[in-house]
Amino acid sequence: MNLDYTPEQRAFRAEVRTWMEANVPSGPLPSFDLTREGFEAHRDWERKLNEGRWGMVTWPEAYGGRGLDLIRWLIFEEEYYRAGAPVRVNQNGIFLLGPTMMEFGTDDQKARFLPRMAAGDDVWAQAWSEPGAGSDLAGVRATATRDGDEYVLNGQKIWSTRAVFADWAFGLFREPGSERHKGMSLVLFPLDAPGVTRRPIARMDGEMVFAEIFLDNVRVPVADRLGEEGQGWHVCMATAGFERGLMLRSPARYQVAASKLIALYEANKDSTPASVIERVAQGWMDADAYALTIYAMASRLAGGGTIGPEASTNKIFWSELDIELHRTALDILGDRAELMPAAPDRGDAGDWLDGHIFALAGPIYAGSNEIQRNIIAERMLGLPRG
Amino acid sequence: MDFAFTDDQAAITQAAREMLVETCTPTDLRRMLEAGEPSDQARWSTINEMGLLGILAPEAAGGLGLAAPDFVGIAEAAGYVALPEPLVDLAGVTIPLLASLDDDHGWTERAIGGAVVAIGHPANRFVADADTADALLLGDGEDLHIVSRNAVTLTRAESFDPLRRLFQVDWAPSDETRVGSGWGDAADRGALFAAAQMIGLAQRSIDMAVAYAKERTQFGKAIGGYQAVKHLIASAQVKVEFARPVVQAAAAELALGTLPSRARIAHAKIVAGEAADLAARTSVQVHGAMGMTWEVDLHFFLKRAMALNYAWGTPAAHRRTVIDRMTSLPTGPDKTFASELADA
Repeated sequence: MNLDYTPEQRAFRAEVRTWMEANVPSGPLPSFDLTREGFEAHRDWERKLNEGRWGMVTWPEAYGGRGLDLIRWLIFEEEYYRAGAPVRVNQNGIFLLGPTMMEFGTDDQKARFLPRMAAGDDVWAQAWSEPGAGSDLAGVRATATRDGDEYVLNGQKIWSTRAVFADWAFGLFREPGSERHKGMSLVLFPLDAPGVTRRPIARMDGEMVFAEIFLDNVRVPVADRLGEEGQGWHVCMATAGFERGLMLRSPARYQVAASKLIALYEANKDSTPASVIERVAQGWMDADAYALTIYAMASRLAGGGTIGPEASTNKIFWSELDIELHRTALDILGDRAELMPAAPDRGDAGDWLDGHIFALAGPIYAGSNEIQRNIIAERMLGLPRG
Repeated sequence: MDFAFTDDQAAITQAAREMLVETCTPTDLRRMLEAGEPSDQARWSTINEMGLLGILAPEAAGGLGLAAPDFVGIAEAAGYVALPEPLVDLAGVTIPLLASLDDDHGWTERAIGGAVVAIGHPANRFVADADTADALLLGDGEDLHIVSRNAVTLTRAESFDPLRRLFQVDWAPSDETRVGSGWGDAADRGALFAAAQMIGLAQRSIDMAVAYAKERTQFGKAIGGYQAVKHLIASAQVKVEFARPVVQAAAAELALGTLPSRARIAHAKIVAGEAADLAARTSVQVHGAMGMTWEVDLHFFLKRAMALNYAWGTPAAHRRTVIDRMTSLPTGPDKTFASELADA
């Protein structure tokens, strides 16, 4: 155990920092969930990242990456968040589908999809949930009917983040007549294919962060199935592991939020009860604890270990941490907490309200925290199923 | 940057853990209490023979010359079994302090060989294990003294934890008993290894809850099959998973001796205490009325966790250290590790 960065790791941090300082846009980009313009501004940022070969540093060079280890991935993320760089519009692709494709994809699929993913040329959405299949994902009803070298996709998907403007989706479909965990396949499909209809769903604040996707006899080549036919559940669980594990939510995200919270407290100290400092400190400690846990996990993976059901503990921890950081900030803001960005006399309310609304979804998406607790109880601790 | 234990570290921890789990069962604890034995001589001999007492002492002083990360898992295992003997304070705190003295009057060597030196650090109101000690390391102002057990008067301060023996000590310092000045990093070590024990105690409470929930049936099935019970236990496990790496990082950073490294120890002590508390309360809840009884073994672990939570600095005191570091030095994703920051 050695908690010092090597000179090479320090040099890498300096390289990322220099590039970010020179390239990160000075102001926030327009929302990628409200307009095509905002979405494309984020795609341009992804292209710029890719030009610097920062798209996905852990990927092999052949797919647009740098072939770096997970410790350097964490350093990259730390510098990314520290620089206040834009949210990754393609996170469903680079953090979830990408690693899954690395594990299950054919060479042809990797060559076709990964470089375009790293470059932001294809922005991806996830199409798993359905109106009748949320936590019980094995209840998926949408079908992929084999017709020679093609699948014909039918059904309805929902809660697909970024799907309003995204280019492609990876969806979970079943062979007609199959039941539960059997007979499912993970199929990739273009969101502008004939037969695909997208309908935005307004979040409580009016942002179109997710969409419904209707599929009416959508034809895709069999070559765009990821993993074996009928093995879709297995492939999805690997993706879910990346989602809950260390890719989707970098510790740096919460560490930056904690530092902002400390600054907010300092600036509003005179109007804030003294006891709030303890909640600020708790948020800061928890953000650092999450970082330490992820460093330990990355080191274990580097030593040949794997991520198992403990990924579920991560998901619970970061989602609850995110809410606590934002609740504490809103308590400091007091009667300014409710004000929308255009309101007068808003002072330093920043984007805490927007962040809070986003944080509220944390315990729901990527598998509800109730499902995560079931996984911990059953697979980590060995309690009986059902 | 490598946040993982070496094979050697894992092996010595595993060996110590197996020995402790085998020799220090709740049945053993009950037998000791009934016989009025303050410590188990056979187990203490085994601990001594394994070389655990001198693990952190320099090789020149007859120790193994290892560092805090080599001991943190052993301290966790001592917590897991609610070990009554003073392995953790002695090997983790007292012996390294003795070894740092200019003239230890030969006590480092004796302590590595199994002699018990009780420590009267000002962070603690009473002196633990003073009755079975061969000598006591006590403070008089800044001066440290080693006093023979026979030269002090002990008054027992009974703890809720019957296996934790606390004493008020009446004694008189003299030139002959003086061995040095200053407690060094003893308070940091005490807090760190108390935190490690609380991680073990937390895991033990959870393991007992799991075992009981698999066995106890209500409404025709094991209560561990109900989500209400599962989720209670899972939440306690989440607390443990995000406290243990903090404790391990605190061990790795101990030697820096800076405000950031001390704040990490404070953080570790706070969250390990919270994890142990939540796990113990959860386990009582899962056991139902049985969890409140003397008959069920759970109380051994609940009591030790409560005692250690307030020993070696209270959570409130440790929070002050955390806030001091947070408000006086930079924070952020590039400032996770204490090695990235100078002292305040």
